[in-house]
Amino acid sequence: MFVPFLYELRSRKVPVGATEAVALGQALLQGLHESSLDGFYFVARALLVHDEKHLDAFDQAFAKHFQGIESASIELTKELLEWVREARQPDRSLTPEEKALLEQLDLKTLEELFQQRLREQKERHDGGNKWIGTAGTSPFGNSGKAARPGIKVGDGPSMKSAVRTAGERAWKEYRDDLVLDVRQMQVALRKLRAFAREGSHDELDLDRTISETARNLGDLEVVLRPPRKSNTRVILLMDVGGSMDPFAHLVSRLFTAAKKATHFRELRTYYFHNCVYGRVYKHANFREPLTLPQLFAETDRRYKLIVVGDALMAPWELMSVSGWSDDEGLEGVVHLMRLREHFPSSAWLNPEPPSSWWQTTVDVIRKVFPMYPLTLEGLGDAVGQLTKAR
Amino acid sequence: MRFKGTESYLTSESLRSAVDCALALQRPLLVKGEPGTGKTLLAEAIANALGLRLLTWNVKSTTKAQDGLYVYDAVQRLHDSRFNDKDVRDIRQYIRHGPLGESFAAPERRVLLIDEIDKADLEFPNDLLHEIDRMRFKVIETDEEVVAKHRPVVVITSNNEKDLPDAFLRRCVFHFIEFPDKDLMQRIVHVHHPDLADRLVDQALGVFYELRAFSRLRKRPSTSELIDWLAALKATGISNVKLDEQLPFIGALLKREQDLIAFADQFGGRLPRRA
Repeated sequence: MFVPFLYELRSRKVPVGATEAVALGQALLQGLHESSLDGFYFVARALLVHDEKHLDAFDQAFAKHFQGIESASIELTKELLEWVREARQPDRSLTPEEKALLEQLDLKTLEELFQQRLREQKERHDGGNKWIGTAGTSPFGNSGKAARPGIKVGDGPSMKSAVRTAGERAWKEYRDDLVLDVRQMQVALRKLRAFAREGSHDELDLDRTISETARNLGDLEVVLRPPRKSNTRVILLMDVGGSMDPFAHLVSRLFTAAKKATHFRELRTYYFHNCVYGRVYKHANFREPLTLPQLFAETDRRYKLIVVGDALMAPWELMSVSGWSDDEGLEGVVHLMRLREHFPSSAWLNPEPPSSWWQTTVDVIRKVFPMYPLTLEGLGDAVGQLTKAR
Repeated sequence: MRFKGTESYLTSESLRSAVDCALALQRPLLVKGEPGTGKTLLAEAIANALGLRLLTWNVKSTTKAQDGLYVYDAVQRLHDSRFNDKDVRDIRQYIRHGPLGESFAAPERRVLLIDEIDKADLEFPNDLLHEIDRMRFKVIETDEEVVAKHRPVVVITSNNEKDLPDAFLRRCVFHFIEFPDKDLMQRIVHVHHPDLADRLVDQALGVFYELRAFSRLRKRPSTSELIDWLAALKATGISNVKLDEQLPFIGALLKREQDLIAFADQFGGRLPRRA
C-alpha cells in the first residue's frame, strides 16, 4: 500500500530504499501508527526521512499522495463544527462482525459522500452511522470508532491532521536546493579536509613506543610523533562587478565561510572581472595584480581551486586576445585552461541556476571546468569532486 | 513499550512516535534540532520513563569509535611490568570498556546517549555501523567477544556540524525537534518556574519570540536562555518586561557582542561598552 508512496518520495529525491520499506513495514505490523493516518504520517516521517532537508519534500509527497482524504475545498459550517467539538464518548465498542460490515470506502467515493451528506444534513447527529457527527460509525466526524479511512471533521485543540500538517510545509526553510547561509557553506566546505602528520613531535606514538621499549629490553623508550593536522590548501577565485553584482551577497557569504573554516592549512583569495587574462587581483577593487606565472610559481597542484563566477561575458572576452600586457598573447579561454591544468582539483561555482547555462560563454567554460550551481547541493557536489581529484 | 514523556519533559506527538518506532524496531534514534531544544534531555527522559539507567558518551573532536567500545591501556601495563606489582600476563586487567561496551556488557537494558556525534571525525559514524547493527564486538587483545545481552536504547544527537554518512542514516530513526511554539513554550516554562505570574510569562514570551524573529541576530536565544532569563527576572522581583532599550538582563538572552550591538541599534539605548 505504501510502496507507491516510496516512489513518490524517490521522485522528489528523498533517498528511500528497501531498508526503509522493510522498517516501515515492521512498524506498521507492530501497529505503531495506531491505525490512523496521522499516526502513519509520524511513523513514516521518522523512518523514511533521515535529514531535515528532506522534510519539506516528504510533506509535499505526503500531501500529494494522500490528498483527497482532506477535502480542503469544503467550507464547514460553524454549526457542524460545533456538533463535532462537543464530541461525545462512544458508548459501546463494535464487534469484529460489525466492523467488517462497515463498508470500506475508497477515497473518491468517500469524498463525494461527504460532500453529499454535507448538503443534505440539517441537524446534529451523535452515535449514528450515516451523518456527520460524533461517537458514531459513519466515516465522517469525530471520536468515531469505525476502523476505516474516513474524513475527520474538527479536531482537539493541539492535534493537527497529518495531511494538513503536511500541507503547511513547515520544513520549507530546511530544503537544500535553496540558496545557503554561511554556516551551511561551512558545513559543506568542512568536507575539504585532508589530514597529514607534519610539524613538531609532540604526540605519543604508542605502537612504536612499545616496540622500541621491547627492543630496549623493557626499559621504557618513549617515541613521539607529530599530530595529525589538516593539510588542505584552497584558492578561492571570485568574479566581481558587472553581472555578478546581484550575487555579491551570496559570494560574500561563501567568502566568509571559507575564511572562517579553520581546517584549511592555507586559503588564498583572488579576484577577477568576467574572465581571467593573465592575472588575478588580491583585492576586490583590482589592486595588487598577480600574474598567472607568479601564481603558478607560488602554488602547486596540491592546491584546490574554486572559481566563483556567472561565466557570462561577451564572447570576444573569452575567445580573443585582450591586448593587455600580461596576457602573453593568449585568449581568455586559454588562460582558464592553464588554470585548470595547473590545478587538477578545481571546480567552478555558478550562482546562476543551471537552467540558464546555455549561453555560449557558460557553455565553453563548462567544458574547461566542472561547473556546479552555488547552492548547498552544488557546493556539496563541487567539494566531492575536489576531494576526489588528487 | 511506549514513551509518553515525563513530568519535566514535554513532547510532541511526532517525537513520541519517533521514540516508539526506535523502541519497537530496536534502531538508534537520531535527534537533530536547534541548540536548546532539548535533544540531550530526551535521552534522560526516555531513561526515566522506561526506568532504565542512562549511559552518556560525550563525543569530542578527537573521539574515535574504538573509544566507545574499549580501551587497552598498554602504557599502564608497560609501567606495571617494570615494577612487578601486578600480574601483567592478564591482559583483561588493562581492558576498560567505553560507554558502548559498557551498555553491551550491562546485566540489564540501558539507554545509551551518544551526544553530539557530529563533533567527531567524518568517518566516526561509519566506524560504529557494525557494532550498533550487530550489537557485538571483539576485543582483539583477549580474543573475547562482547555481545549485548539486552540491546541498549541508543539515542544519538547531532548539531548538524557535519553531514552524517548515508549508510549510517539509513539505520536510524530520525527526528528533527522543532523549536517549541508559544503554547508548548508556556508549558515548558511552567515546568521550570511553576510559581511565576502568568502575566509576566506572557510578556516575557512575547519579548522572547519577538527577539527570535529579529532577523539581524547571529545567534537566536533558545529555550535554556529563556529559562535562565526568567530565573533572573524572578530573583530580582521584576514584574513587567517589554521589548525596548530598558529590557533587563538582556545579556542572558543575547550572548554575542554583534547581537547586542544590533539590538541597541534597533531599539535605541546605549551601545554596550566593550569590557
